[in-house]
Amino acid sequence: MKRKATKDDVELIALALPTTVWYILFTYLPMFGIIIAFKRYRPIRGANFIVSLLRSEWVGFDNFRFLFATPDPAIMFRNTLLYNAAFIVLGILVPVTLAIMLSQLHSARLAKVCQTMIFLPHFLSWVVVSYFVFSFLSVDRGLVNRLLLTVGMEEVQWYLSPRPWPYILVFTNLWKGMGYGMVLYLAAISGIDGQLYEAAVIDGASKWQQVWRITLPMLRPVMTILFILSVGRIFSTDFGLFYMVPRDSGALISATQTIDVYVYKALMGMNNIGFSSAAAFMQSVFGLFTILTANFIVLRLDPENSLF
Amino acid sequence: MASVLAGHEEVTHRKLPAVGARLNRIPVAVNLVFSFIFILIAAICVIPVVFVLIISLSSNQSIQVYGYRFIPDAWSLNAYRYLWVSRSLVGRAFLVSVGVTVSGTLVGVYLNSAMGYVLSRKTFRFRKLYTWLIFIPMLFSGGLVASYLINTRLLQLGNTYWALILPIAVTSFYVIILRTFFQQTIPDSVIESAKIDGAGQHTIFYRIVLPVSLPALATIGLFLSFAYWNDWFLTLIYIQSTHQHMFPLQYVLVSIDRSIQFLTRSAQYLSGEDIARMPAESARMAIVMVVVIPIALSYPFFQKYFVSGLTIGAVKG
Repeated sequence: MKRKATKDDVELIALALPTTVWYILFTYLPMFGIIIAFKRYRPIRGANFIVSLLRSEWVGFDNFRFLFATPDPAIMFRNTLLYNAAFIVLGILVPVTLAIMLSQLHSARLAKVCQTMIFLPHFLSWVVVSYFVFSFLSVDRGLVNRLLLTVGMEEVQWYLSPRPWPYILVFTNLWKGMGYGMVLYLAAISGIDGQLYEAAVIDGASKWQQVWRITLPMLRPVMTILFILSVGRIFSTDFGLFYMVPRDSGALISATQTIDVYVYKALMGMNNIGFSSAAAFMQSVFGLFTILTANFIVLRLDPENSLF
Repeated sequence: MASVLAGHEEVTHRKLPAVGARLNRIPVAVNLVFSFIFILIAAICVIPVVFVLIISLSSNQSIQVYGYRFIPDAWSLNAYRYLWVSRSLVGRAFLVSVGVTVSGTLVGVYLNSAMGYVLSRKTFRFRKLYTWLIFIPMLFSGGLVASYLINTRLLQLGNTYWALILPIAVTSFYVIILRTFFQQTIPDSVIESAKIDGAGQHTIFYRIVLPVSLPALATIGLFLSFAYWNDWFLTLIYIQSTHQHMFPLQYVLVSIDRSIQFLTRSAQYLSGEDIARMPAESARMAIVMVVVIPIALSYPFFQKYFVSGLTIGAVKG
C-alpha cells in the first residue's frame, strides 16, 4: 500500500526543485530534441524552438542517407572506434602496471613525489596541452624539428602529415590520463588487507605470485567498472584531444576526425543541422546500446562487479 | 569511508606490519630500476610545463633565430611585461575566468548537494523516481546538436555568462558522491530528532547537513572549480567573437591560436611602438603559464581530496 506524500516529501521535492529543473532543461529536453535527426529543421518566425521543431517536416532517414553519401562517416567511425580501442587497452594496462610498481617502491617519499608529478597533466586543459605539443612539433620553432636538423635529418611538417598522428594522439592521451588511472588503482591497492600478503609470504609466495594471485584479483572490481564505463563511451571521444591538439588542421582529418569533431564542424562550421544531428543521434543511440551490452555481459560473467 | 573523505589517508603505501613489510620488499636492484623508471615518467609529465615556462621567458630574438629551446640564447621578461601593458585584455580575461570559476563552483555545489541530500533520505517517497532522474542521463544524452539548439534558441543563453556556468554545473557522478557521503556520515537519528524539534527539511539541510559535510563539499567544489577554470568548450560554442570581452583566459588561448592577430587587433589601446615590439611567441606561452601556474601550485595540496572523492564515487549503492 503506497502511502500519501507527507509534508516531509513536499519539502524534499522543493529542496531538489532547482536541480530537477536543471536536469529537465539541460539533459531531458536535449534527449527529446534528438528527434531533430529525423526532421528538416526550419526555424519558424515568432515560434520558439520546440514549436519550430515539432512543426518541421518529418523526413525519415533522409539526413542519414545524405550523410552516408559522403566519405565522412566511414572515417569518423573508424577513427572513433580504433582510438577508443587503443585507449581502453592502454588505459587499463599502463595505470595498473604503474600503480603496482609504485606501491612497491622502497621510498615512500619518492613514490609520493612521483605520483604527484604524474597526476599533474590530468589537471590541465586540452588547450594548454595543445600548446605543449606545439612547442615540440612546430614546424619552424619546434624542438623535434630542430633536433632532426641537428642530426642531419629532414624536418617534418607535423601539422600537415597525418601518418604520425595516431601515435601522437595515443601518446598524448596516455600522458594526460595515466596519472588519474594510477591514482585510482593505488587507492584500491592501499585498501587491500595487508594480512593477505603476510599469509602469502609465510606460504613462500614470490612477489610475482602475490601480484597475480592477490593484487590483480583484488583490483578486478575497479578494473571492471572502469572497463564498462570506457566501453560505454566507445562512440565518444575527447573533443579537445582531437580538435585542439592537431590545431584543427584540415590536412590531418583522415587521422584526427572523430564523431565529436565532425558533429562540431558540421554544426558550427558548415551549419548543416541535418548532417550533424544524424551523426550525433548515432553517437547517442549506439553509446546507450554499448553501455547496456557491456553491463549485461559483466552481469552474466561477474554479477558482483556490474555497474547496475 | 567517512575517514577517507576527511583525507587523512596515505594512498601510496600499503600498511604492512614492519617485519612483514621488510621481508616482503622487492630486491634493492629491482627497486633501483623501478625508481629510475618512475623518475623518468615523472619528468616526462612535468617537462612540457617547464619547457613552455622557459619559452615564455625567452627573448623574441632568441626564439626567431634558434626556435624553442631549453636554454635560450637570451632570457627576457618582455612577454610578462607585455601582458601587464595589455592588461585591459588579458587582465579582463583573467577576471572572467575567476568570476566564472567562483560563481560556477558555488552554483554547482548548491545544485549537486541539494539533490544528493534528497536522494540520501530513505524515507523520501519519490526516492526511486529521482534516482532514475539522475541515472538516465549517465547512460544517454541528447548530444551536442540538440543541446546547442535548446541552449541558444530556447533558453537564449548565447553570449551570456550563464552559458559558461549552467551547462556543466551538475554532474550525476557528483550527486552520487554526495548522496553516499550524506548516507554514511549523517545518522538518521540526528535528522529525526531535528524533525521532532520542529525543523523542516530546508532548515535541516542548511543548518545541520551542510555544516557537517564541509569535507565532501570541498571535494566537489574542487572538482567543479578545476572544471570551470579549464573550460574553453562552452566559450567556443556559446560566445561569439563579437563578444571578446566575455572570453575567459582558456579561450583567449584558443583565439590567439586561430589568429595571431588577436593580440594586435585587441591592442587598440597600445601605441604603434608597443605593437611592433609585441613579443608574440613568448606572450602566448606567458598566457599559458598564467593559466597553468595557479593549478600547478595548488593541486598538490588538493590531491588527497580528489582521490577521496574518486574513491567514494566508486562505491556502489
